[in-house]
Amino acid sequence: MVIETLPARLDPEEAKRVRQERLERIGSWLLPLLIMLFAIWLWDRICVWNEIPRYILPRPHVVAQTLYTDAALLFGSLLVTLKITFLSLLLAVIGGVGLAVLFTQSKWVEMSFFPFAIVLQVTPIVAIFPLINIYVDNQTAKLLLCSWIVAFFPILSNTTLGLNSVDRNLRDLFRLNGATRWQKLRHLRLPAAMPYFLGGLKIAGGLSLIGAVVAEFVAGSSGQSSGLASRIIEAGYRLNAPRLFAALILISLTGILIFLVLSLVSHLLLRRWHESALKQER
Amino acid sequence: MRNLNGSGSPLLDLRNVGKTFSNGVSALRDVNLTIREGDFLSLLGPSGCGKSTALRLIAGLTTPTTGALDWHKALGGDCTGFVFQEPTLLPWASVFDNVWLPLRLRGVSREKAAPAVSELLERVHLTGFENAVPRELSGGMKMRVSIARALVTKPRLLLMDEPFAALDEITRFKLNDDLLELWQDQRFTVVFVTHSVFESVFLSNRIVIMAARPGRVSGEMTVDAAYPRDEKFRISPEYAAFCLRASEALNAAMNSASEPHGH
Repeated sequence: MVIETLPARLDPEEAKRVRQERLERIGSWLLPLLIMLFAIWLWDRICVWNEIPRYILPRPHVVAQTLYTDAALLFGSLLVTLKITFLSLLLAVIGGVGLAVLFTQSKWVEMSFFPFAIVLQVTPIVAIFPLINIYVDNQTAKLLLCSWIVAFFPILSNTTLGLNSVDRNLRDLFRLNGATRWQKLRHLRLPAAMPYFLGGLKIAGGLSLIGAVVAEFVAGSSGQSSGLASRIIEAGYRLNAPRLFAALILISLTGILIFLVLSLVSHLLLRRWHESALKQER
Repeated sequence: MRNLNGSGSPLLDLRNVGKTFSNGVSALRDVNLTIREGDFLSLLGPSGCGKSTALRLIAGLTTPTTGALDWHKALGGDCTGFVFQEPTLLPWASVFDNVWLPLRLRGVSREKAAPAVSELLERVHLTGFENAVPRELSGGMKMRVSIARALVTKPRLLLMDEPFAALDEITRFKLNDDLLELWQDQRFTVVFVTHSVFESVFLSNRIVIMAARPGRVSGEMTVDAAYPRDEKFRISPEYAAFCLRASEALNAAMNSASEPHGH
């Protein structure tokens, strides 16, 4: 809740608390920034002090330069990776939510199929990939499938949990009012599952990027791929460490950005009603 | 004017109703009870006396193991409203949408429902809060929304399961007053589950006292004080006398429960 008017004079304790809060707000982004700057400075110094050649560990400004000079190549690859990431995330949402809804329509369906979803989840994707490589021809389809397998499980399991954790009394209320199966889903189960789904989505967002990169790594040598992972492999072969670092930084930044965007979406959707999105009062 | 204290025509008979759960707990045994039209009937008893189970049986949320419920008038689903112990609101939906819900589930559009919803919100003193979400409301206000929601279908029978138990006393008194006002105005029948002697005496014209283990009816008393009842009634000797009688009946019921009996 927003306090519109502050009292004219705060007692020392309250004033101290307000000061403390302001300080913490600034510190929460300033401190990580300072640590990061310090780390980059240290990295640079280590390179200089030890006279490390640039093909082993390039100095930060060289990486930044490469990011600029190789921009066309790197951002082109980033786009390829992003395409796989977002497509597989989209498919994970559709598949995860779809399956979760199916599961909650019947306990029997859930009991029958949920174990297999777990099997799919716990088998390392790297180990399945050779099979996918044999059965699927299209490069994009291959990567998508891999990335999807990695990303869909958190959405499925979280959404299933959410759809099943509806308040008992609310369930009775819908029954008393003669709600149809569809009405229960639309007006009760889906909204109740929203916070759980969004939690799963946040995890899946990161996983779909990891899935896209890992899949390309495994598929890498087969040629046509052109995402960031193949840039990294390629740069590794050529001892082009600056480009390797630049690609790595791009992947990290993408991951951070995906997380932030999904957190924002989650906050906007839940801020009015769900505990997780509420600011601490008092 | 309707005779508020007298008995209307029978609405529902519970005949030898018993309920035993699959875990062997006997929640109700041999309950015989007649609910008459226009009653404000309280089911008063200690926890575990099956009063909530009785309410769920009447609502049709569960079926009796033995005995039967005989309805004298066909009451469709539209004709019973239910108020739970907690407000049980949709936390993501506005106050308006929460009250609209029962109509919405019956296919009534927002526009068509608006007059009924607004009228009820006014009756429970929540005009102006249409767009608030439940977490922005106090406990008492949430319960008002819950009552408005139960009444929006204009039910003939309102079932209430300890609706005010979690509220502070001042809020509870206010809600008691408002509920009585609504009841006198809209002529529905109320079955009100409570464990508060004072609340049951203040509200009801009939109190059914229940005992536990197994849940059963142990007695019944009539509170033939005139309606409308207000703050003056709450401090009158008449009210105190009724409370004393109800307490004694409740004590008798609880003592009879302590004898070893089945479960």
